[in-house]
Amino acid sequence: MTSRPRLAALPAVAALTLGVAACTPNEPADGSTDAQSITVSSTAETCDVSAAEAPSGHLVFNVTNDGDEVTEFYLLAEDGLRIISEVENVGPGITRDLVLTAAPGEYITACKPGMVGEGIRAGFTVTDSGADVAPTGELADQVDAATVNYVAYVKDQTEQLLTGTEEFVDAVSTGDDEAARELYAPVRVHWERIEPVAESFGDLDPRMDLREADLEEGQEWTGWHLLEKDLWAPDAGDNGGVEYEPLTDAERTAYADQLLADTQDLYDRTHDAAFAEQIDAAAIGNGAKSLLDEVATGKITGEEEIWSHTDLWDFQANVDGAQVAYDGLRDVVVGKDPDLAEDLDTRFDTLQDLLDAQREGDGFVLYTDLTEDEVRELAAAVDALGEPLSHLTASVVL
Amino acid sequence: MAADPETDAPPEQPRGLSRRALLGGFAGALGVGAVGFAGGRLTADTSVAAASATSDAYAFTGVHQAGIVTPAQDRLHFATFDVTTDSREDLVTLLREWTHAAARMTQGLDAGELGATSGPYDAPPDDTGEAIGLPASGLTITFGFGPSLFHDADGVDRFGLGDHRPTLLEELPHFPADMLEDARCGGDIAIQACANDPQVAVHAIRNLSRIAFGTASVRWSQLGYGRTSTTSTSQATPRNLFGFKDGTANVKAEETDAVDEFIWVDDDGSTPAWLAGGSYMIARRIRMTIETWDRAPLREQEAIVGRTKAEGAPLSGGDEFTEPDFTATGRDDVPLIDPSSHVALAHPDANDGARMLRRGYNYTDGSDGLGRLDAGLFFLAYVKDPSTQYVPMQNRLSRNDTMMEYLRHTGSGLWAVPPGVPDGSATGGTEGAFIGQGLFEA
Repeated sequence: MTSRPRLAALPAVAALTLGVAACTPNEPADGSTDAQSITVSSTAETCDVSAAEAPSGHLVFNVTNDGDEVTEFYLLAEDGLRIISEVENVGPGITRDLVLTAAPGEYITACKPGMVGEGIRAGFTVTDSGADVAPTGELADQVDAATVNYVAYVKDQTEQLLTGTEEFVDAVSTGDDEAARELYAPVRVHWERIEPVAESFGDLDPRMDLREADLEEGQEWTGWHLLEKDLWAPDAGDNGGVEYEPLTDAERTAYADQLLADTQDLYDRTHDAAFAEQIDAAAIGNGAKSLLDEVATGKITGEEEIWSHTDLWDFQANVDGAQVAYDGLRDVVVGKDPDLAEDLDTRFDTLQDLLDAQREGDGFVLYTDLTEDEVRELAAAVDALGEPLSHLTASVVL
Repeated sequence: MAADPETDAPPEQPRGLSRRALLGGFAGALGVGAVGFAGGRLTADTSVAAASATSDAYAFTGVHQAGIVTPAQDRLHFATFDVTTDSREDLVTLLREWTHAAARMTQGLDAGELGATSGPYDAPPDDTGEAIGLPASGLTITFGFGPSLFHDADGVDRFGLGDHRPTLLEELPHFPADMLEDARCGGDIAIQACANDPQVAVHAIRNLSRIAFGTASVRWSQLGYGRTSTTSTSQATPRNLFGFKDGTANVKAEETDAVDEFIWVDDDGSTPAWLAGGSYMIARRIRMTIETWDRAPLREQEAIVGRTKAEGAPLSGGDEFTEPDFTATGRDDVPLIDPSSHVALAHPDANDGARMLRRGYNYTDGSDGLGRLDAGLFFLAYVKDPSTQYVPMQNRLSRNDTMMEYLRHTGSGLWAVPPGVPDGSATGGTEGAFIGQGLFEA
């Protein structure tokens, strides 16, 4: 729905390294013990780690780049090969924290000034503090399964989107407005379920899903919402005081054909092998959060579908997408942070109950039929879910 | 930690003379000369108007209006007015009265000469009184004229000023994703009141609004706090509501060449002479979707801004004032500073070297009906030429800035800020000098 590129392709939390040692989220569960803070100073020649030993549990490496080149800091397993956790792209003069929960054992620390070579290494021992550090042997497999399933889900949704768009475009082009209006919301559901993925293709999203208000002066408007406005033609009063001028048949066909071509493009890109390689646990977790953000900023306010008022279809679709993303990672979360999993389960249920109460026929009531209290209640449920959901990524990648 | 603005604020101790003290002991001696009270302290050049050690008042008079390169105070009350009369004479009278009251209030005096607690017992006092006992608090009052003062929405030239409209003074274009609310846009005249005490800033706008009744009415207004920019190198860079330092690369008052190059309108015939020594003021009310921002990982927040949250250092390295290196790359040759980050797009390097003097404030107008903060940045900026120093940059930001995901622009306006009332001018009465005099006598 927006024209801005997302940071979907955030520099990956490199090789997802869910080894024996790294796990659990950001904060110590009991809150009683302060994190063990260890400072690291990285220069061209040295990697000065303030301690060579720490008790097991929550560890923070406070990494400062005191050199002139971009540096990285790694905590490696005893074999010196497997990465337990890392921070990368630390510019000169900049300090960044590496936070993890470490199990007892022997490790290796490494600074990599200039990001090349073996790095400057030293041994590091984690002693047994008795802190509960959950075993996590199956996690890597679980994450692999989650990414495979999520990629399959995205592909499936683009397939359904393509089929639905063909029907919609046909109705629009042949002037069957009634059928087009019927198809509009149910077809868009497949788009909204994978919206962050579509947005990660920076050129497709503005062509397909831009709202009129998102346009720059002189920029051509295309895509779903242009056709939405033509199908639900506004009065002059809702059109900035100007009489709405319907699209000509030729314009309609042209815009509809372009929408279909762009949808085919989206389909092709998500079915390319390169797409699957981009999807990791962080991408899935951040995608779930982004979907809830979309609900919180666009759908709950009725801004997304200002002509058709079918915002609740989009709302449900965003929640569907977030739920699928979470479900894929749920086993990982249960293993690492059962409280978070329980919280998320409850919040998803609460929100779904509220949405179900607004069902009508195969779909939903219009946004304009909601009372203020109902909107407020939905907004509160979205916030209640959005907050724990924002911890999903950290929970699965740390 | 956030910088403590107090430590870098202009010297305020000992506090300036309070209104009560002035009224009681010195009013007679100062008399109408109140305008000259601090006038001698300031020379008529672009040097920084710093409050002196014995007063926290800034001079109202000068080549330029105060409140632009003046070290940014901590509080804002901004208001725009629609002129409700068609009488040019009434408008001039209002500007005379406003000028006189503004000159007085910036010196810590009551708006009117009788004061808040004197005058006929059967008449309302000519000052509203809530600033009694408060010092001048660094109050500055800055006036600007909007495009609609020259031609209203129907193109009517109500005051015979149309021929003198600077060509650069026109409504800002629609920027991508603008969600402007009519009730927070435009206005024939804008007044920016800044002070270090919110009650003093509000007192100023309240009394000016009162004087205007019948001639001009408030169109919209905005309170701001926690200045989000520094306009002087003596101030530490404050933080906006995203928790990041803001405006590090701002034009500072001490950069006198930059101020001349980027802020003050030249007297070279390219614009009407009445505006020489003035500037253009841009206001944008930018709501932040605080709740979703707070759920964004630190990694994403820093990537969006392009700076570290802790120090404000560019992600290419160094400290806050190190120039960002947009060519620096990290792993896999990915730029350390994302090309769609805020710093990359807003930096002068991306804008043909254009800079501006930002003077924005945080705002929080309670919550919306959905329990979310109605909060963000009230962006105020001064430029010599909005068509080159602001519009292209805002288009670029609105289109590409990854931060836009968390922003929505809800209010907007552009005003031409006339030069100051010259030092030594008498204000008040039917002959007094007034803001914008050059326009009306052009």
